[in-house]
Amino acid sequence: MTSQTIAKSETLIESSQKFNPVRLVDQIFYWLTVATALGVGFILLWIAWSLLSIAFPAIVKFNIGFLFSTSWNPVNDAFGALPQIAGTIISAIIALLFAVPLGVGVAVFLSENFLPTKVQTPLGLLVELLAAVPSVVYGMWGIFVFVPFILPFLQGIHRVFGWIPLFSTPPSTRQMFTTAMVLAIMILPTIIAISRDSLLSVAPELRQGAYGLGATRWETLTRVLVPSALSGIIGSVMLALGRALGETMAAAMLIGNANRINISLFAPASTISAMIANQFGEASGLQKSALFYQALILMVMTLIVNMLAEVIVNRFQQVE
Amino acid sequence: MTLNQSDKIQDITSGGFDSEVTAARKNFGKLMTGLVVACVGIAILPLGSILFMLLKNGLSRLFLNFPSVFTELPPPPLVEGGGFSNAIMGTIITCTIGALLSVPFGVLTAIYTVEFGRGNKLSQFVRFCTNVLSGVPSIIAGLFAYGIVVLTMGNFSAIAGGVALSVLMMPIIIRTAEEGLKSIPSEVRQGLVGIGATNFQGVTSVILPATLPFIATGVTLALARAAGETAPLLFTALFSQFQARSLSEPIATLSVLIYNFAIAPYANQNSLAWAAALIIVVLIMFVSILARTLTARKIY
Amino acid sequence: MTSLLSFKSSFKRKTAVATLAFLSAGLAVSCAPSSPDVATSPAAGDAASPAAAGSGGTVTLSGAGASFPAPLYQRWFADYNKQNPNTQISYQSVGSGAGVEQFQAGTVDFGASDAPLKDKDKETFKAKYGAEPIQVPMTGGSVVFAYNLDGVDELKLSRDAYCGIVKGEITQWNDPAIASANSGVTLPDSKINFVHRSDGSGTTFAFTNHLETACPNWTAGVNKSIEWAVGTGAKGNEGITAQVQQTPGAIGYTEFSYARENGLKMAAIENASGKMITPTPESGAAAFEGETVPADFALQVPDSKNAAAYPISTLTWLLLYPEYKDAAKREALSSVIGWSLTDGKASATELGYIPIEPSLATKVNDRVAQIK
Repeated sequence: MTSQTIAKSETLIESSQKFNPVRLVDQIFYWLTVATALGVGFILLWIAWSLLSIAFPAIVKFNIGFLFSTSWNPVNDAFGALPQIAGTIISAIIALLFAVPLGVGVAVFLSENFLPTKVQTPLGLLVELLAAVPSVVYGMWGIFVFVPFILPFLQGIHRVFGWIPLFSTPPSTRQMFTTAMVLAIMILPTIIAISRDSLLSVAPELRQGAYGLGATRWETLTRVLVPSALSGIIGSVMLALGRALGETMAAAMLIGNANRINISLFAPASTISAMIANQFGEASGLQKSALFYQALILMVMTLIVNMLAEVIVNRFQQVE
Repeated sequence: MTLNQSDKIQDITSGGFDSEVTAARKNFGKLMTGLVVACVGIAILPLGSILFMLLKNGLSRLFLNFPSVFTELPPPPLVEGGGFSNAIMGTIITCTIGALLSVPFGVLTAIYTVEFGRGNKLSQFVRFCTNVLSGVPSIIAGLFAYGIVVLTMGNFSAIAGGVALSVLMMPIIIRTAEEGLKSIPSEVRQGLVGIGATNFQGVTSVILPATLPFIATGVTLALARAAGETAPLLFTALFSQFQARSLSEPIATLSVLIYNFAIAPYANQNSLAWAAALIIVVLIMFVSILARTLTARKIY
Repeated sequence: MTSLLSFKSSFKRKTAVATLAFLSAGLAVSCAPSSPDVATSPAAGDAASPAAAGSGGTVTLSGAGASFPAPLYQRWFADYNKQNPNTQISYQSVGSGAGVEQFQAGTVDFGASDAPLKDKDKETFKAKYGAEPIQVPMTGGSVVFAYNLDGVDELKLSRDAYCGIVKGEITQWNDPAIASANSGVTLPDSKINFVHRSDGSGTTFAFTNHLETACPNWTAGVNKSIEWAVGTGAKGNEGITAQVQQTPGAIGYTEFSYARENGLKMAAIENASGKMITPTPESGAAAFEGETVPADFALQVPDSKNAAAYPISTLTWLLLYPEYKDAAKREALSSVIGWSLTDGKASATELGYIPIEPSLATKVNDRVAQIK
């Protein structure tokens, strides 16, 4: 009311601006976007809180020792998370080692005109489709196609490099290394699709400028395009890492769910999400709390990963 | 890197008209081309193998007594025939609910972080939250929806499933929408200010439409992830052997059907799981092509 | 470009409308055949069905829980639905633990569990609903040793042998403890690859329940999941099946029906009377012969004394509320339970489950009739 009375004393133009519905819509729109932006944080807190409230009894009972204990005994209510934490981190790192170079390579290929558009567009579409294949299918593919195919090669590696601790056990049918490779295949489409989009979205002037300076296609790519698209590429890798860390069904089907730590990559292992998927249905009481404690650890791990990513992206953006 | 570039520029300029490409630079190009072609080859092998397996196992079931998979209900163990008409509907319904919740929310958020609050504390916070959200294991998204929808409504429902899926779709949509918005050159925004457009007008009439291809990719990726997810639906949408009757009842979905049937010891159910997996992929392809043709033109 | 945007949004609206239209079409289809069938079902159905059919409208029941009987429940409920189209029962195998939890939370019409309710669960239930929960046995099943050994078709395992394997004390196939019971069979000089369930499961509960009674010095306890001294974990019966099939020298425990459907070789094991018994539905049913059923139906036979019994056999239970506000739901439930225990027997046997004896079935029906 006060603003209206003041408005009367103002000039006609000013008052018409005050009542302008366009301005009002604009304001509402602005605050709506602020609200949704805050909402993202709110949802995250809500999820964290709901995890925390269920994990609480286990946190009180096991404290920080949970992180370093290797036992998982529902009969005596003795729980720990070390084998799962180790398995989650190792499988995700190996998966990224395979998937990032491959994925960025394919993204570069798809963003340039190596092939006629008629071939390129369906190829890009194919990649996006593969993100749609349910993870159970990847798991089944792993069990019935990939593992029988790759096992002889791994046996060869074991025979030749068995003296290296990493390959010291005979390859099991369910194990860490093959799981990580299947995870790598699962996260490929994510890396490819987003990296390609970021490469394509680099302002054409940059590319033209580089060509104009006499740079070859590959000099343009490696020194101009990929660096400019780097924040997008890193974003895609983080998204993929998130999927690799949290991937449940395929890991549970392939990793062997062995609750122990083995230095050899060819031995059965376990991951946090596989543990949750395995035991969630039949868990109750402290066992369920312990599972949520593990879930919480997984969330903290992604939190740390993202903080690191933030630092990396910021550094690269400064270089730009 | 900056140093390198200036070196190169000097290199090129000092060469005057000497635009000839040295053998080393040529070989570098050849090597890199070879590398990416190898990447494509290595990536296509497993992906192609999965697709082949899907087609081989899925198609044979699809065309065995053809329309039945689209019209009939899931068969019980050791009963021949049957289909998953209810699960197709269920997947469309839960994914639609998920998209209706997450797309407006995600796009608005991206608009804030890129258009209004670029680089400020809130948008950095949102970016961070988005990244963490994308790392939330799908089973936890399901649990969240279980807590806020199933327990408050008192029963499993399609809505709960949609809420769980929207949590998974959100970060993908925010991120791709952000990428799209960022790809619009700042001249466009300056131009909009120049002609006196408000933020709302500028965003809705120029910037957002130009971002549509990105949003389409985001929605496709998000739908792709949502359609294939089992874990968040297991404890929210549950499953139903029958046709959905309302949004507040347990509902069948393709992914849960695949999960149930893929692990069953019965051959008929196994083959239906393959057909269902194929259907999911075809559904996504349909959505993807549709989204692309609708938004094919890139402006900036 | 504005047009493109509005086109996009109208496209969305169109799909949503199409979805709704599709949905309502589905509704119409699913409702349409129900009216003529009301007339036919009393004639076609059994004595129990008119109650459900007589109530007119469609009754929808949803249940969740144990994965072990899930194939049978789905078969029963689908067959029952064919005879009584007005009763739609959905069953989702989320696991016994989740089943009990949903049952307590009241999000389902009935729960299902592979283990009888614990006293703690009963108390929680009583505190919330003011009366004892009802649990009734629906079917039984056996847990078998499935193995993968070339050239060995009829493996026999003495108590010493299988107890040694699961405890990790026997690690070679040609161990004397195994060889002594398999005279005339050449056992390979290879490592035993024991495969156990990695997920919590009623199968593991039944298996460890037996091991605790049968094996001296069994220290790992009895539970739906335990800490195994040896072996790799596989998720679900299907995980065990796939891993045993792919790994030469593997042995794992799984449900009889899974092993039979997948053509796995099953070991005969020594029962309490010292006899080698091959798992079959008959030898499994023999485990429950002559046992007295307690009032709450929580009958557990960890190691049957019957000389003809396959010793690792268990029952599985439905969890029901003492009172249903919706009379139609109550009638439908008691009708389908009665039908399953009589007409449903044939499918139980076909799927490899052990049907409930008629005398026990009568007791179950009497108990269900008391539900308000």
